[in-house]
Amino acid sequence: MVKASKHAKSESMWAYIMVAPTIIGLLALNIYPLIDTIKLSFSKTLPFGLYELKGIQNYVQMFASPEFWRANMNTIYFCVLTVPIGIFLSLVVAVMLNTKIKGQTAFRAIFFLPMVVAPAAVAMVWKWMFNTEYGIINTILAHKVNWITDANIVMITCAIVAIWSAIGYDAVLLLSGLQNISKSYYEAASLDGATKMQQFFHITLPMVSPTLFVVLIMRLMASIKVYDLIYMMIEESNPALTSAQSLMYLFYRESYVTGNRGLGSSVVIWTVALIGLVTVVQFVGQKKWVNYEV
Amino acid sequence: MNSSLERARKIRTGGVYAFFIIGSIIMIFPFVWMFLTSFKTVEESMIVPPTILPQSWQIKNFTDAMASLPFFSLYKNTILMIIWRVVCAVAFSSMAGYAFAKLNFKGKNILFSLVLIQMMLPSQIFITPQYQMLAKVGLTNTIFALVFPGLVSAFGTFFLRQSYMGIPDEIAEAAYLDGCNQWQTFYKVMAPLTTASMAALAVFTAVFAYGDLMWPLIVNTDLKMMTLSSGLATLRGQFSTNFPVMMAGSLLAMIPMVVLYLFFQKQFIEGVAMTGGK
Repeated sequence: MVKASKHAKSESMWAYIMVAPTIIGLLALNIYPLIDTIKLSFSKTLPFGLYELKGIQNYVQMFASPEFWRANMNTIYFCVLTVPIGIFLSLVVAVMLNTKIKGQTAFRAIFFLPMVVAPAAVAMVWKWMFNTEYGIINTILAHKVNWITDANIVMITCAIVAIWSAIGYDAVLLLSGLQNISKSYYEAASLDGATKMQQFFHITLPMVSPTLFVVLIMRLMASIKVYDLIYMMIEESNPALTSAQSLMYLFYRESYVTGNRGLGSSVVIWTVALIGLVTVVQFVGQKKWVNYEV
Repeated sequence: MNSSLERARKIRTGGVYAFFIIGSIIMIFPFVWMFLTSFKTVEESMIVPPTILPQSWQIKNFTDAMASLPFFSLYKNTILMIIWRVVCAVAFSSMAGYAFAKLNFKGKNILFSLVLIQMMLPSQIFITPQYQMLAKVGLTNTIFALVFPGLVSAFGTFFLRQSYMGIPDEIAEAAYLDGCNQWQTFYKVMAPLTTASMAALAVFTAVFAYGDLMWPLIVNTDLKMMTLSSGLATLRGQFSTNFPVMMAGSLLAMIPMVVLYLFFQKQFIEGVAMTGGK
């Protein structure tokens, strides 16, 4: 008995030692900054890095700003353009990769390639290919489309690049979901005379729906937070900037170009609230289509 | 009957191959075009319709890119940032993940909720205060600043906790009965059993640290202290119409990771698939 309590004591001592670096780090790097960001969002930004608590002024200013609402629309538009098409294409790639063909690993590696290239480099080459005057895409189309500078098109351009970048990553995740489906279901269905199409809709889709849900949530969150790609494609001087500026781009410009960190913090808080809302809606909606029975 | 089934299967296989070949061209072509453009002169890059292969292979774009960006510093900074972030994430997350999965202590749930809070929030919400903390003590434009937000990893803690939970308690108990203390049980017996997960976390951390743009752009504004990603953003500002130089710079920035990927392709993909969902 004495020994057991000594054991428990040493166990909890070691536990505290082992969680200490992570917990101290989280408190200093995340919990304190979280509180500080909330505080900043209610503060007026003064010169020399000083702040003064001022109430809801930043939020009032933010909600009154057309640029902010435009950034919301842009972000939502970006999600609408990228998420459904991107996930559909990833699922197609994953299903194809799941067939028994030669070179399967090579194809998987090729689709995954953009993941290991920095988004900055990816954006550069696409910007070049989408160039109005000399870009290869307009040469092939034999049309001078203003992919990067036309306010009505620029978001579609960014969406194409975003889908192209993420397709392999999402396909790899979906593929691991597909590989978990027991072959016996397909064998039974084949014996009953089900066509490949029927098998896909009645076996594959319901069985992969939990993975599909995870990928959907992840992709949606990432799309709401989109920044680097748009930042690299659309520079400050681009006339289409306000048509492509996402919420996080607005946060960056407001905080680090204009220097109004209080207002910038309000934009982040708003974005987090938006992500939270979308996630809750997803979790409620999943009951209708995600199948957890095995 | 049999031969028509056979034919249907052949057509289907043919369709899958056609899909993959077209898909592969779409995935690879941008990199091929980047490569070819990076060896052309500016004048040649502006010929319509474009030449496919460079008329003469110029290396001037690479020397220009290296003259305006200190590429050796960028490589060095990026590598150091990645190494430190990986080491910190794997070491600290292993320790905490083990404690959360296998040890009993007071306040475990509250402390673990800190991990979950961090995981659920986007990193941008922490950026401004993190930057101000560094600015206050004059630590911007350092390697430490690049590593700073990645000193600990909530996701890594969560992920390794999962893999420790998959190891039976009996193994730890046996080690304890054999005379190992808690630390030895963790370090010598349990941690080696999570090698695959640690490798996956390392790959995940490295790939995302390498691609990260906003943090390095904010915290290290001195050209010599930038990473490859933020350096490229600067190059974009300097050569806004000189695409061959930008392609050369992009190629230089992407080559190290792509070479690593070619060698460790399986580990990369499996690592990301294992950590997937974050």
